Amino acid sequence: MDTNQYLEMFLEESKEHLQACNEQLLELEKNPDDLAIVNEIFRSAHTLKGMSATMGYEDIADLTHEMENVLDAIRNSKISVSTEILDIVFSAVDYLEEMVMDIEEGGTGKKDVQELVTALNRVETGQSAIVAPVMETAASTLAVEPLKRDTSALHYDDYELTVIGQSQEQGFHAYEISVTLREDCLLKAARVFMVFEILEKSGEIVKTKPSVEHLENEDFDEVFTIVLISKEEASSLEAKVMKVSEVDQVDIHPVMDASLTTGQLPAEPEAVSVATTAKETGKEIAVPQKGRRATNAHNANKTIRVNIDRLDILMNLFEELVIDRGRLKSIASELHNPDLNETVERMIRVSGDLQNIILNMRMIPVETVFNRFPKMVRQLARDLEKKINLEIIGAETELDRTVIDEIGDPLVHLIRNALDHGIESPAERLAKGKREEGTVTLRAYHSGNHVFIELEDDGAGINKERVLQEALARGVVTEEIAAKLTDRQIAELVMASGFSTAEKITDVSGRGVGLDVVKSTIESLGGHITIDSKEGQGSLFQVQLPLTLSIISVMLVNLDKDIYAIPLSSIIETAIIQTSDILNAHNQKVIDFRGSIVPLVNLKGIFEMDGAREKEEFQSVVIVRKGERMAGLVVDSFIGQQEIVLKSLGNYLQNVFAISGATILGNGQVALIVDCNALIK
Amino acid sequence: MAEISGSTKEIKVIVFQLMDKEYAVGVDVVESIEKLISITRVPKIPSYIKGVINLRGVVTPIIDLRERFGMEVKAIDDTSRIIIVSLEEFEVGLIVDSANDVIDIPVNSIEPQPEVVGSIESEFISGVAKVDKRLLVMLNLEKVLDPVKRVTTDEI
Repeated sequence: MDTNQYLEMFLEESKEHLQACNEQLLELEKNPDDLAIVNEIFRSAHTLKGMSATMGYEDIADLTHEMENVLDAIRNSKISVSTEILDIVFSAVDYLEEMVMDIEEGGTGKKDVQELVTALNRVETGQSAIVAPVMETAASTLAVEPLKRDTSALHYDDYELTVIGQSQEQGFHAYEISVTLREDCLLKAARVFMVFEILEKSGEIVKTKPSVEHLENEDFDEVFTIVLISKEEASSLEAKVMKVSEVDQVDIHPVMDASLTTGQLPAEPEAVSVATTAKETGKEIAVPQKGRRATNAHNANKTIRVNIDRLDILMNLFEELVIDRGRLKSIASELHNPDLNETVERMIRVSGDLQNIILNMRMIPVETVFNRFPKMVRQLARDLEKKINLEIIGAETELDRTVIDEIGDPLVHLIRNALDHGIESPAERLAKGKREEGTVTLRAYHSGNHVFIELEDDGAGINKERVLQEALARGVVTEEIAAKLTDRQIAELVMASGFSTAEKITDVSGRGVGLDVVKSTIESLGGHITIDSKEGQGSLFQVQLPLTLSIISVMLVNLDKDIYAIPLSSIIETAIIQTSDILNAHNQKVIDFRGSIVPLVNLKGIFEMDGAREKEEFQSVVIVRKGERMAGLVVDSFIGQQEIVLKSLGNYLQNVFAISGATILGNGQVALIVDCNALIK
Repeated sequence: MAEISGSTKEIKVIVFQLMDKEYAVGVDVVESIEKLISITRVPKIPSYIKGVINLRGVVTPIIDLRERFGMEVKAIDDTSRIIIVSLEEFEVGLIVDSANDVIDIPVNSIEPQPEVVGSIESEFISGVAKVDKRLLVMLNLEKVLDPVKRVTTDEI
């Protein structure tokens, strides 16, 4: 079978399922008794197994199969969740991720999984030997099931009983739906799929007979049975299922009382008691709700998958349009034709809306970056022997894809840093009277035209004395400067290059090449990072990022014959000042701007152009800021505000001083974009 | 083509002029040849990089080859051309006095020893080809362009 056309879909979905596994496993670790979670993981693993087997990736299928067995054992209460088991399952997921990555990079997805398979096997069988007789019954039921396939009675295991019981308490109905397909039905699996799809929209499928696997393989005659939990009436369900072609007959019986049904099972009193105790303690109250939530999500998301490349192409085309829009606008303003002006106005409005839509389409939630952190934190916390609770807030905050792509690594670094240097060891924390478990909060939110990502920890905070000493010792600052630094400035010294205060260098973070890289990456994205730290109470790293990197608003200015663009995001205001108001302070020209002393930067001087206009009576100044510091950029004249498309200068011209990129103006000329961050030291 | 014996194997090159000498680069790296369009100066970069142009929506750096080779600088005129070359990592334009020929030269006419060339550092040259009494200097573009990259990054 030619599977190439499905490969992309396979990769996408595999990644989603693996991510789901990861999340649910972490969840399971927190609530080891919640069998609903196990079920979720099982479902993901099962889908993955099916997909990979179809695509011919045997190793993935084998490994997921073993994983499934372990999960199955857990949900049948044959084994109980423990850290050891989770570790093995986690490493299995890791392996799977590696294999999927390998396939994505054009590999075969083969990997030696034998060791893990054995480990999983051991978990599954090794411990089931010790379990109580209840489990034996369960096991034997499982074994018997295929033989009894023809009998109409269904039997339920503990888990299913609990779910049914719980949902009935919550006002859901449980139905046994027997669907009979026509004898001449050709695509049985397809019909089954359609029936499933319909039913999944109305409720939660608890059980099928024969098993899903058999159904998928068309390994049944004409009849199959589904146990569904739903709020809908039997008759409406029946009508819905009957709409599927080639369905001959639908019989729906309510499952009256879950415990009664179990009576049909040989010797199952213990199972019932398990079900009832679960009911009493109300451990699984979340189950039916969860099902409902999933159903809602299913209905609400009417989405299509679009390849990101296509969105990029759309964006590129739109950028071209933005350039022409600028050109058209300038032509229209020269011609003074009212009709033309009106048309151009309209076009500008429409294309402005279009721009918003396209930019929005490229926005993806930061969740895609955040979702790998819980697992990373778990692992790191164990490596560092610390107790750490990671809280993620605002994962749904959306950011442009270009920013998302770049922000992952800096955040990893910050988190590692917080875990390694921020949070103290449990003993130390207790000694300081803090809770043993450290909390690291990752927060994302929108504010104006920016997105803020904050990482807060309740750890040791930054030891200012030590930072200062270190900075002096390493020549990052001189004594004179050090004396004047504010607390925040001292804290931010840790981001200077060649800095590391951890007493011992660990694998996790800290060779002094970390935070400065973080800082420069964030600044290259047009954002900035600040640190707030209270010694003994923790640190707050705040990263401010622009919403998008592709189209930005700028102020165009003249410098000699050239036009330069200054990002609006860094401009506070523009001013025209009298040359006589310029003061001299230590060879630095400054002005008094609304009560604060602002240094002046002569852009022409910086850019080595001639003809500084110092003789003139007035000077045009753009006041820009970087964090809390300001500077006044002296330019020849202002042109105006414009939306421009950001273009890079390419790989040949890397690191041009004080230039962050270029753009193409309406007349086809290239204008350079001034990097204000580089101008403010 | 593989069947053709070594003596007749040919490569296609673009011939251009600088001062009174003729140079050649393989067509495979040349994207296009442009007439001069307005160049935006970029501050604080080596003087042989004239700036950037808008090449159909792509911002492309432009290098004056005369200056790069330390030759006498000539004002840009109507015959001047920009040869856009595309290397693995980037595209740049090279300003040359004129570009007017695409010819096939036999591979075996290229001699590796560039003794005849005095004014250009020999590292920029991958060989010299003699075709019908014309002497073509084959440029080693990696060498011509790579050091520039290093200079710009080191400067900062």
